[in-house]
Amino acid sequence: MSTLEIKDLHVSIETEQGTKEILKGVSLTIRTGETHAIMGPNGSGKSTLASTIAGHPRYNVTSGTITLDGEDVLEMSVDERARAGVFLAMQYPVEVPGVSMTNFLRTAKTAIDGEAPKLRTWTKDVKAAMEQLRIDADFAQRNVNEGFSGGEKKRVEILQLELFKPKFAILDETDSGLDVDALKVVSEGVNRAHAEGKMGTLLITHYTRILRYIKPDFVHVFVDGQVVEEGGPELADRLEEEGYDRYAKGAGAAAAPAVAQA
Amino acid sequence: MTEITTEKARIGAPSAQPFIDGFTEEGESLSPINAAGAKAPLAGAAAKSHSHGGGVGVPDSSRAGRLTSYKLADFKPLTGMEEDWRFTPLKRLRGLHSEVLSGAAPTVVVTGPEEVTVESVGRDDRRIGTAGIPEDRVSANAWENFAGATVVTIPSEFEALTEVSIDLEGTSLDPAAQHLVIVAEKFSKAVVVLNHRGSAIVSENVEIIVEDGASLTVITLQEWNDDAVHASSQQAKIGRDAKLKHVMVSLGGDLVRVTPSARFTAPGGEAEMFGLYFADAGQHLEQRLFVDHAVANCKSNVLYKGALQGRNAHAVWVGDVLIRKEAEGTDTYEANRNLLLTDGARADSVPNLEIETGLIEGAGHASATGRMDDEHLFYLMARGIPEDVARRLVVRGFLNEIIQQIKVPSIEERLTEAVEHELALTDN
Repeated sequence: MSTLEIKDLHVSIETEQGTKEILKGVSLTIRTGETHAIMGPNGSGKSTLASTIAGHPRYNVTSGTITLDGEDVLEMSVDERARAGVFLAMQYPVEVPGVSMTNFLRTAKTAIDGEAPKLRTWTKDVKAAMEQLRIDADFAQRNVNEGFSGGEKKRVEILQLELFKPKFAILDETDSGLDVDALKVVSEGVNRAHAEGKMGTLLITHYTRILRYIKPDFVHVFVDGQVVEEGGPELADRLEEEGYDRYAKGAGAAAAPAVAQA
Repeated sequence: MTEITTEKARIGAPSAQPFIDGFTEEGESLSPINAAGAKAPLAGAAAKSHSHGGGVGVPDSSRAGRLTSYKLADFKPLTGMEEDWRFTPLKRLRGLHSEVLSGAAPTVVVTGPEEVTVESVGRDDRRIGTAGIPEDRVSANAWENFAGATVVTIPSEFEALTEVSIDLEGTSLDPAAQHLVIVAEKFSKAVVVLNHRGSAIVSENVEIIVEDGASLTVITLQEWNDDAVHASSQQAKIGRDAKLKHVMVSLGGDLVRVTPSARFTAPGGEAEMFGLYFADAGQHLEQRLFVDHAVANCKSNVLYKGALQGRNAHAVWVGDVLIRKEAEGTDTYEANRNLLLTDGARADSVPNLEIETGLIEGAGHASATGRMDDEHLFYLMARGIPEDVARRLVVRGFLNEIIQQIKVPSIEERLTEAVEHELALTDN
């Protein structure tokens, strides 16, 4: 049983116009076995939260804490966070020219486990995981994300999720740009990883669509760098009906319901 | 990495600029040879009166105007101000440009299928001079001084299943001249590997003749000892429907300057030129290539990639692609990418593209020099890979793009090892 705890997190970035605060005091606790959905309009800071947990150098934490089972995550380098059990499925996975998927997966698995995976079982595991995610076998020989379509890139992110077995998976808009079939395949992958009972999931999404396939235990609504409302799965249903408009500036949860936007 | 320049000239693209005198919409009159020659400031008799350039009416600024001669005396002593020497530290040429090259040339050992003939010939052999005329003083100096040449011939219609290795082992630091001729006869197919090793101060001329319908891969590996100085002019003549793949890999040596050229002599030819270099502290690795689209309907593709690290690591890449007026239907692209791994390294990159006809399929050139992409590092590190391992993966991957082009497994493996060796020598 592990706990990822985010307390009063403030994050800013440097822009041409100067320092801009994106997260304005976010608190969130995720435990093994739980699935939390973070929903919110564009620009609300959802992806910033994901990248900050993973340690992207662009984001400066000005105050607040992130801990994993009490360990200070903010003190860790990017690779240390991953080895501690944090996995970020990226919204825009980058292409790494000249590095084959096979080489990359094995190198990463070796780093995370602290020892090289046993060749025979590893090859079998990779093959099986690829099949389940409907990834062509020849992808193993291709360079990391190079020439992959948007959907293929997302499937390969989930492939890594299944192979690396993190304690906490952060899915940064993994559903965006996926057609229904791909969305199902990807969701099944997340559910398989979750079903092993050793993972907590932070699912960041703009749409409620993916929540038909991945059932959240908690839903947090993000607006302007803060959590403005929290609840159970029923909150997602309400968002589906009403959209984000009722959270419009200064309105808050008490404002009159906006026109449904589904 | 930061993209510095990327330009593409495509036929059919609407012209945004108003027409300039002497230009047509298709750009056919771009060359002063063809248009207002006499009026152009760089062309005509005015230019020729103080130039050794080749063609009449060709401006010095054009690659077509480069002086070519078998005679050393035709080339003035170098000052370092010359366009083709301005990046080269002449002092470190150790006399290749100024001394009589009478030292012992690296020993030559050729291995390969028995059908491939290997001959040691004198200066008067008829095949010498068929593919190239020296284009610079150092090359001409070798031509003036070489004692004998090695001629390797792939017989017509023969397809070599294993590669032909030409091992050149340097054993002396007296300035020397070397001459090699590689002939791929009609419809033959082969891979020829030049392995440069040991210590030497040598100017080398390699003539490459790719006859009609032949497919030849030439891989030239410079894995010299640290004290070696090497200038290598590798000139190829490409026949009808013939294909040359030229791969240059420079890893070792103090100063290595490779100048490959591909000249199309008949339509349907194809040239692919790839390069990989890894410059360490104090090393000068220079590559200047020339693709001469002199006839119609030929294709060329050039990609050179280099990694540099350490103080005064210096790489130079100059890519001259000339599409002459006759070369309608040309399709060409050239690019150079440099990865600067530390402070104190310098890469000069000049992609020159001259287009004298607009009736082409496409022509492009690009160059980018930069540091390692932080997003690449972040992606790998976010998967638990420590920074030093991630950096090595990225460098290896960057250079691997060239190795993957070779498509001869045994050589790819060898080059991967060579790059590993290079990475192991340093901290990256």
